[in-house]
Amino acid sequence: MNKRGIVLYLHAHQPFRVKQYKVFDIANDHSYFNQTDTDSGDKNESVFRKVADKSYRPMTILFEKLLRKHPEFKVSLSVTGVFLEQAEKWAPDIIDGFKRLVATGRVEIVAETYYHSLAYFYSLPEFERQVEAHKLIIRKLFGVETRVFRNTELSYNDSMAKWAENYGFKGVLAEGWDPILQWRSPNFVYRPADTKNISLLLKNYRLSDDVAFRFGDKNWPSWPLTAETYNNWVNESIRDKSIVNLFMDFETFGEHQWADAGIFEFYEEFIARWLDNPDNTFYTVSGAIDTFEPVGEVSMPNTVTWADTERDLTAWTGNNMQKEALRYLYSLEKDILNSGDNILISDWRKLQTSDHVYYMCTKWFSDGDVHAYFSPYDSPYSAFLYFINAIHDLRYRLNENISVGGLNG
Amino acid sequence: MLGWELPPHNSGGLGVACYYMSKALALHDATIDFVVPYQVEYPEIDWMTVHGATKLTPSERYGLGAYESSRVIDTPMSKADADNLKDMRGVQKSYTKYVETLVETISPDVIHAHDWLSMEAGMRAKAITHAPLVVHVHATEFDRAGGIGNPLVHEIEYQGLMMADRIIAVSEMTKNIIISNYGIASDKIEVVHNAIDIDCLNDGYIYDGSTYKYLEFMRSKGYTIVSSVTRFTIQKGLTFFIRAAAKACKKYEKLLFLLAGDGDQRNELIELAADLGIADKIFFTGFVRGKQWRDSYSVSDIFVMSSVSEPFGLTALEAAHHGNALIITNQSGVCEVLDDILRYDFWDDDKLAELIVSVATSKPLMKSLQDGVMKEYSKISWDDASTKCINVYKSAIKGINL
Repeated sequence: MNKRGIVLYLHAHQPFRVKQYKVFDIANDHSYFNQTDTDSGDKNESVFRKVADKSYRPMTILFEKLLRKHPEFKVSLSVTGVFLEQAEKWAPDIIDGFKRLVATGRVEIVAETYYHSLAYFYSLPEFERQVEAHKLIIRKLFGVETRVFRNTELSYNDSMAKWAENYGFKGVLAEGWDPILQWRSPNFVYRPADTKNISLLLKNYRLSDDVAFRFGDKNWPSWPLTAETYNNWVNESIRDKSIVNLFMDFETFGEHQWADAGIFEFYEEFIARWLDNPDNTFYTVSGAIDTFEPVGEVSMPNTVTWADTERDLTAWTGNNMQKEALRYLYSLEKDILNSGDNILISDWRKLQTSDHVYYMCTKWFSDGDVHAYFSPYDSPYSAFLYFINAIHDLRYRLNENISVGGLNG
Repeated sequence: MLGWELPPHNSGGLGVACYYMSKALALHDATIDFVVPYQVEYPEIDWMTVHGATKLTPSERYGLGAYESSRVIDTPMSKADADNLKDMRGVQKSYTKYVETLVETISPDVIHAHDWLSMEAGMRAKAITHAPLVVHVHATEFDRAGGIGNPLVHEIEYQGLMMADRIIAVSEMTKNIIISNYGIASDKIEVVHNAIDIDCLNDGYIYDGSTYKYLEFMRSKGYTIVSSVTRFTIQKGLTFFIRAAAKACKKYEKLLFLLAGDGDQRNELIELAADLGIADKIFFTGFVRGKQWRDSYSVSDIFVMSSVSEPFGLTALEAAHHGNALIITNQSGVCEVLDDILRYDFWDDDKLAELIVSVATSKPLMKSLQDGVMKEYSKISWDDASTKCINVYKSAIKGINL
């Protein structure tokens, strides 16, 4: 009889934010990501350094401690390529920390697109190139092969599962959304519809979001949440079941939920309490898939994500500004790749990071506060203009420097 | 002279018109005391005395600009708090108090008030000094609101126009609005069109093609640049312009649109461009001044004035100076003084699209429009305008009509 266990999975990502790139910059300035006209220097650098101090470093230290203290503790991480590029520039010790975690053999790296992009929905060949680029950098830095895939923002549908199966992944991660699951629990391993060799892990969004979103919310009836209470909830949820998938942003720890709200102490205590029960353990994503046979098939013909109350892609593709931005961007694919200009290709790919269109989201209702918190711009409209200006500059570079590509590309 | 703004602290054409009109009047030996509602030094203005009526800095006055009548609440002047300079009515009351004191010492021959903002102060000054009041209408609330606007502003305009000894309207169109909407007798109103100061534009300015480098690059690839330099408000009719742009792009692809400016409608316009699938055809610069402002005219081939109701429209003359072909709505006063332009009604986006495509696809047509209006605009001088203005003063002092 296998032990029941928590599958803890954290996602670390930072985009290369586009600076306030004005009409006057087009064709004059080809660097889109270095906001240097503020007192604090480069915006991306200052954000990265801040989050490194608040989250990446202290949480890595906590993980090392937990791994030493609890032989059964395991965790899975996904780290985007654009995160790693920034870490290499501004905080290489974070990569060293992650290397130490992976070296324990109890920390698994999850596959995704290098650029945290929506390429799957716009260009399958480009998507595969980005998955491959991510596999490559993970292999290079951590010496491991990724086995389980998650797509950007946990976006998922049946055809993506089939793609992942054909690509050789043994598992894929998705949101455990009630309207899809209906009477079924996310606390089992499932099999994606019409697949044979791949398993599906579904996020238990209630228990995940209790920590990721609600932990520090003083208006939440359960505030302040104690490790004891939360441990009871998780034990309650997993009764007669196999796993609880707790998926969240790495930045939950220290950045979205602050240290002075007690998030680190809370999590350390929760993990100790969870493992106090000898029936309980932890699994990595691969571990869970290897341990438990799928209990049934789950079909998601339409794309489901982990975002907003709609759990769809509307936070990225819901309005016409976002659609226009993505249309212009992906229509450049052929010309950009043909250019053979590696800097140009890299800039184009950095613009594919989904955060850029997320900043253009105009759903200012129940989710608007979350969007506003994460945006470096004064409005979605400004975000859109700076992005479109950068697209114009890409077109300019294609034409002026390399003489390929259509001006309306 | 009672005004609300002077360049560079202006949010639009009002300040520019006041600046050049006063300068030209001074050349006719007028002694001018000009009151603005903020405190600032104008070292280059040596033809008149500029008085700051409040302690506000020009930037603190932001949000209380000449075009923001919609934000005025409904406080009558008697109830306004002159110490509350965060409130438009408070600033106006404070301004009026300053003017009341000032006119006691300077004893003006004529009080010349520009637009509703300073009309109340003008009426008070007239009551104190018994000097004639000339009200200069650069825009009415009907223009700014694109119809019926703020009732309090309408009331102030009505009183000011009634109390005025003479009225200066910046166009026949504005004169007609004053007659038909405020019931003012036509013989009390003189049309004095605005002008353009060519010397000021010939200030050693050399076009810098790198400011809008991308647009210049696209021009070199055969694209035509269609621009408008304006505030993004309903008055300016830009939603019609963008719809026309989308229609024009369907017929002829090599068009790009430069919208220089900012305003309440910015987000709506950006969204509309995206909705119409032409977001990559329209360039939003934000508010421009200095070189970016001048170069926006220079980079463009066709200038569109899409206003729903434009009392005059100085930017059209500026665009003409920089060699643009002009397409102007029939609802813009400036078209009364120009012949070599194309005209349309502001709501007719099909017509505007057709005109843009016709000009962009016919080099001879574009050239003849550009050359034609270039000859015309330079004849419209502030000297002529100020001569007319002096005559209005004289008639006001004599108490007779011209």
